[in-house]
This record gives sequence, C-alpha cells and structure tokens, in this order.
Amino acid sequence: MTDRKPVIVARNLDKFFGDFQALKDVSIEVRSGERMVICGPSGSGKSTLLRCFNALESHDAGQLIVDGIELRPDSPDIRQLRQNVGMVFQQFNLFPHLTVLENLMIGPVKVRGMKRAVAEETARKFLERVHIPEQAEKFPAQLSGGQQQRVAIARSLCMEPRVMLFDEPTSALDPEMISEVLEVMVELAQTGMTMVVVTHEMGFARKVADTMVFMDGGEIVESGRPQEVFSAPKTERCRQFLSQILAF
Amino acid sequence: MAALDPNLYGFRPARPMPLHQRILNSTPVAIALYMLVIWLILRGSYIGAERMGYNWQWYQIPRYFFVLNDEGFRWGEIPRGLMITLYLSGLSFLLAIGVGLLVALLRLSDLVVGKGVSIVFLELIRNIPLLVLLYLFYYVLGPIFGWSRLTASVLTLGVFHGALVSEILRAGINAVHVGQWEAAKSIGMSTYQTYRYIVLPQSVRIMLPPMTGEFVHLIKSSAIVSVIAVAELTTVGRNIISHTFMSFEIWFTVAAVYMVLTLTLSICVTYLERKYAVDS
Ligand SMILES: Nc1ncnc2c1ncn2[C@@H]1O[C@H](COP(=O)(O)OP(=O)(O)OP(=O)(O)O)[C@@H](O)[C@H]1O
Ligand SMILES: [Mg+2]
Repeated sequence: MTDRKPVIVARNLDKFFGDFQALKDVSIEVRSGERMVICGPSGSGKSTLLRCFNALESHDAGQLIVDGIELRPDSPDIRQLRQNVGMVFQQFNLFPHLTVLENLMIGPVKVRGMKRAVAEETARKFLERVHIPEQAEKFPAQLSGGQQQRVAIARSLCMEPRVMLFDEPTSALDPEMISEVLEVMVELAQTGMTMVVVTHEMGFARKVADTMVFMDGGEIVESGRPQEVFSAPKTERCRQFLSQILAF
Repeated sequence: MAALDPNLYGFRPARPMPLHQRILNSTPVAIALYMLVIWLILRGSYIGAERMGYNWQWYQIPRYFFVLNDEGFRWGEIPRGLMITLYLSGLSFLLAIGVGLLVALLRLSDLVVGKGVSIVFLELIRNIPLLVLLYLFYYVLGPIFGWSRLTASVLTLGVFHGALVSEILRAGINAVHVGQWEAAKSIGMSTYQTYRYIVLPQSVRIMLPPMTGEFVHLIKSSAIVSVIAVAELTTVGRNIISHTFMSFEIWFTVAAVYMVLTLTLSICVTYLERKYAVDS
C-alpha cells in the first residue's frame, strides 16, 4: 500500500468556525486504492475533514493536496477537482425534481459535456451495480431510504471519480436497509476504488478497511490497521469509544 | 427530502369542528353569504342612485363588449381595453421577473457591491409611491430617452413589481435545502449550473402561489397608467363615461371585468399546482 501514489495528502490542517477550532493540526494521507474508515464521537470533526477534501469547506492553515491539486481558497481548479472526488451524504441529497436516471445523468451531461445517450448507458450500468436497475424512471421520494442512498452512490460513481468520500452513509437509514447499502460499498471496495468512509459500522470497517482512523476533539488521536486499533487501542479515549460502540 | 411535508399528501390532523362552525364553513352557506353581501352593496347603491335621480342605462352596456349588426361582428371598447391591459401586464411581469431575478441573485451573492446595489434598489422602490414612479418614468426619463407612454408604463410596472418579485424569488431560493447545493457542488457544478438545473426548478413550485398573487397585484396596479392615458381597461372606462355619463354602470362593469380576469387566473394556477404536485 505504501508504494502507491497518494490521492489525498493533508499536512497540519487547521479549521476554525469563528473562535471554535474544528480541526487541529490534522495530518493524513490516503493512497490510491486505500480504504480508510474514520470514526469518533459526535462533533469530533469527521465531517469537517471530509468536507475539506472536496472543498465544501476551506481550511484555514496547513496544506491539502487532492488528486495532485493543492487546494487553496482561491484555487481555480476546485470544480475540476470535485468532479474527481465523489461524495455521499448522510441525508442522500438526491435532486427531488429529477427522476433517478436524470439524477445520475445530470452531472455527466451538464458538467462533463457527455452525450445524453452515452450518459444514459453509463447511468444504467451503475444502477445495475447498485442493484436497482428497475427504479430508473421513478422519483427519489418514491424510493426507500436504502434505495435512495444507493442511487446517491451511483450518482457519484457516474462521474467516474478517483476517490469516494462517504459521510455516515447509513446513519439516516432504518436498520433493515443498512446492510443493502453496506453490501454495495463492500462491492465497490472490491473494485479497487479509493474510499474514505466516516461510519460507526465496525463490521464494515473490519471487513474492508486498510486504515482505521479515530478522531476526537478535532484531532486524529489514533490511526493504524483495523486489527491493531480494535484489539489494542493505544489511547484511553479510543478504547472507551470503541467499547461503547462495540457494546451493541 | 427526509422530512416530507405531510400536508403535501393532504394529511391533516382531523379535528372535530362544532356544528355551528361546520354549517358556517360549508360551501352553500359561504356562497349564500357572499351573494347576500353583494346584493346588499348593489341594492344600497341602487337605492342611493335612485335618490340622486340617477338614470340607470344598463341596456347600453352590451355594445361596449361587442357589436353584432348587418356589417357583422365587432369587438367593443371594453374587450379591446382588456387586451391592452393583458399585454401591458404580461410584458411588465416578464420584465419584473428579469429585474427580480437579477436583484435576488445580487442580494444572495457573496459580492459586497452586489448586495449593496440590490438593497439600495429595494429601498428606493419600496419608498416611492407607484404613481410618483410613473410620473418620473413618463415625464422625466421618458423625454430623455424618447419613451412612448406604453414603454414608460411597462418600465414603471416592471421595475416596481421587480422589487416585490425579487423578495419572492429570494424566499423561494432560500427554501431549497442547503444539501441540494452541496450535492450539486460535489459533482462539480458551477454556481450558475446549480441555480439553473437544481435550485430554480425546485423553487418554482414553492414560488408559484406568491407569484400568482404578484401577477394579480400587477394587473390591478396597471390601472394606474390611465393617468397618462394608455388605452387600457381603466382608461377605456373613463373615456366611455366622459361621453355617456354612465359612471355607475361603467365602473361596476370595469370592476367586474378585472375580477373575472384575476379570479380566472388564480383558478388556472391552482389547477396547475395540483397537476404539478403529483410527481414530487
Ligand atoms: N458551519 C459550521 N459553523 C459552525 N460550527 C460548525 C460548522 N460545522 C461544524 N461545526 C462544528 O464543528 C465541530 C465538528 O463538526 P463535524 O460536523 O465535523 O463533527 P462530526 O465529527 O462530523 O460529528 P457528527 O458525528 O455529529 O456528524 C462541531 O462542534 C460542530 O458544531
Ligand atoms: Mg458528521
């Protein structure tokens, strides 16, 4: 893994919301093909870090290089970069006025300038990949939460990103739908996609993660291979957190 | 999306109403009450007019709608005035939407200058009476730029209602969930593309009812251009009265025509809304 090219390099990132420091001196590297799982208590800065990676938030200090582009507040390449970094949100954020197929096609057609016919073919291919080819003509509100989240994953994949970011993709779902989304994500991992996943699904982490990162109070407290972190957490904070979420 | 408005599907908590309220709220009673009030108004003015010795000539009115004789069928002055009112209002509303969109986007932009310009514009328009604005456009700016009466009218109404429309647009745009912006940005859309393909199409549905209200408002305020003698419905009314002296009949008729027009519009839009609501 360490011989692969880094896709995301963060060095000493700081992020402030007013006086509140949401990220403190965060340094992290995500390499091509790597699957990283980030966990940590609420408010620890997981979403903020992820959102910095595709410039939905701008960092205040430190260096952030994503896909070879250094991100600065005034970077002219931000849109180019976002096309190569897919993002899946907790609340799905599908476009409610468009059908499933149109949700998938709008990025490739309007942003990448792809021909509609080609875009439709790609869209149907990815709907197949997330196991809902039959829902193409429906509107998001007509789908279950699990189906909506799989559409959201397919929507990101249609842009053929180099890396996929997931921000708690299953925490807004009813328990019986979590597994169908995780299954799609496991399959995606098997295709070699670079993934950064914020989640508390430790079963998923054990199964696919190469790297496990624990955050608390805006800092990366611990990171390493999942087996190590799970079996022998180095810090008390991480041990406590893991025992809490693994208690269930 | 996650929290859908339950009223979208017509679910409302069933609250039993007391009997007298249910009777008062029923459609037949409402219509009967409405008719009673209208009748009282008409009756009152009729009696008042009688006392003044007013000579009612309702039989004269139809020929101002149309004439049918040996020479064939011809529209009367009132429908022609109505067409001009519609033309004037339609053009003005298009202009109002353009102005409103520009002002709303400037207001929502990160540009300090843009925000400043839009706020100054809004305060200016909000604090000048429509009539004064019309005089400014017709008597001051009109001669400078060589505008006709109609142009000056359209500009006045467009700019005045543009300010009001911009607030409706701003509210509609803000009503679209921030997650929609983030999703659009995350697939690489520009701000323009996000507005064009994601935000505005969703805002339209939210904005349809207040926009209809604004158009009705505009149609009604278009009557004001009769002071510079643009040949729209109200001017036509004044002209007819000036040579027939039938002010009671004509003003009742003109009021009724405006009412039929705006009510028809509201009903059409309600129908449209119902049709659109299905595929959310
Ligand atoms: N736009 C914002 N303005 C002000 N404070 C913010 C903003 N976004 C996040 N924060 C604060 O930054 C801190 C980190 O937030 P973040 O959303 O990254 O946490 P998180 O680890 O994702 O938590 P959760 O598990 O609840 O999603 C929180 O204390 C939050 O209140
Ligand atoms: Mg979060």
